[in-house]
Amino acid sequence: MRARYEALIVACIPSLRRYARGLVSDPARADDLVQDTLERAWSRFSLWQRRGDMRAWMFGIMHNHFVVGVRAGKRHLEDSAGDDLPEVSQRGTQSDLIEVGDLDRALQSLPVQQREVLLLVAVEELSYADAAVVLGVPVGTVMSRLARARERLRETLQGAVPAQAAPPISRIK
Amino acid sequence: MAPIHLKPVADDGARTVTDADLHAFVDGQLPPARRDEVEAFLATRPAVLRQVENWRAQNQAIRRLLDPVLDEPVPPHLAQAAVARSWPWRGMAAGLALMLLGAGSAWWARGVVDRDALQLASKPATVVASASPPPLRTSQADGLSAFAQRAAVAHAVYSPEVRRPVEVGADQEQALVTWLTRRMDATVPVRPPDLRSLGYSLIGGRLLPGEKKPVAQFMFDGESGQRLTLYVSREDAGNETSFRFGRDGAVNVFYWVDKDFGYAISAGADRDELLRVSQAVYDQLSPR
Repeated sequence: MRARYEALIVACIPSLRRYARGLVSDPARADDLVQDTLERAWSRFSLWQRRGDMRAWMFGIMHNHFVVGVRAGKRHLEDSAGDDLPEVSQRGTQSDLIEVGDLDRALQSLPVQQREVLLLVAVEELSYADAAVVLGVPVGTVMSRLARARERLRETLQGAVPAQAAPPISRIK
Repeated sequence: MAPIHLKPVADDGARTVTDADLHAFVDGQLPPARRDEVEAFLATRPAVLRQVENWRAQNQAIRRLLDPVLDEPVPPHLAQAAVARSWPWRGMAAGLALMLLGAGSAWWARGVVDRDALQLASKPATVVASASPPPLRTSQADGLSAFAQRAAVAHAVYSPEVRRPVEVGADQEQALVTWLTRRMDATVPVRPPDLRSLGYSLIGGRLLPGEKKPVAQFMFDGESGQRLTLYVSREDAGNETSFRFGRDGAVNVFYWVDKDFGYAISAGADRDELLRVSQAVYDQLSPR
């Protein structure tokens, strides 16, 4: 019943595009990531075997591809993967109102692994357990990455940069 | 890495609230009872509450940043990438035959069978198991062309579906249109009409095998719950016809063909109602 699977995959596209946009920000690069994911989905289709949520399965494929891309330094993805400090406008007083431009930069300044968790949980609304399956890590790791992502985002958006700055070299390399 | 998620934030005698609880609270992942406990805990801890509210504001801001992507049209090359490289056409036809054998068994019993479906069903030996119905003689309902007949069958098979009436829902209309247009190899978009002014809302659509090429079926929900389907085919394109009306069992069908597509509207509704809908569909979809 391939037409049905094809339809399921098509129905995932908007969600995959949203997730990819959060991962790499640049729309063209994000769509490249979606396209690579869709092509891989077909070549691995026999592995899905109707287990669970198609969308989560596709996120997993995107994760594997994205992480490999980052490790290999392909597609220049590593420039947003580092642990170095972000360049953000220093806002004197923080408020609950978060500026979109600042947020985009702050999000991209998060280490990839933290960004993935935050997007899967906050935007795609996956359960912690599902996010753990997608990323291939224990739930505890999901929780600690989530906590770090939120703390870091809070600091960044408030301009309260932590004292111990990591060297501006990609940690993943 | 320290297991920071296990660190208790505070110990209120019987119950301990951890960082993990606070995150799960923000993300709506706590069972109701636990959520109430965390809420009560936060009521007495303004500093922790501020942190929780900051996290929640982050969630909302990230969604505001990224949700607009959902409404962007899907680029054609992505819809194309979602289509299988080497589509086993026979496999899909066999799939429909299986579905007719299952969900549409009433059709077999009534002896009203699309000739093509019958051929498909009898070809793959693996599909037709011992429980399959005996071969039936092809008979067509009065006044229905093969195309309208297929539309009526598809209506009868899919419109009663509760769980999966469509493959792609109306919330993904843009993706649906891109996909169907691509799969049907059409030069003009295969899009559903807007029938809300007539009291029909779009549920979504699916791709089905036609005689030689794929066809599209859009499904609509009427105000009183009766369903209406629009079947769009390219197989008879160019052989333009006027409106025609036919009936097959309980299903009434209005159909016509213009230069790009053949259209068939099927419903249990009466002829006048169907004509009203057909007129609206014609006005919206047929080129002048």
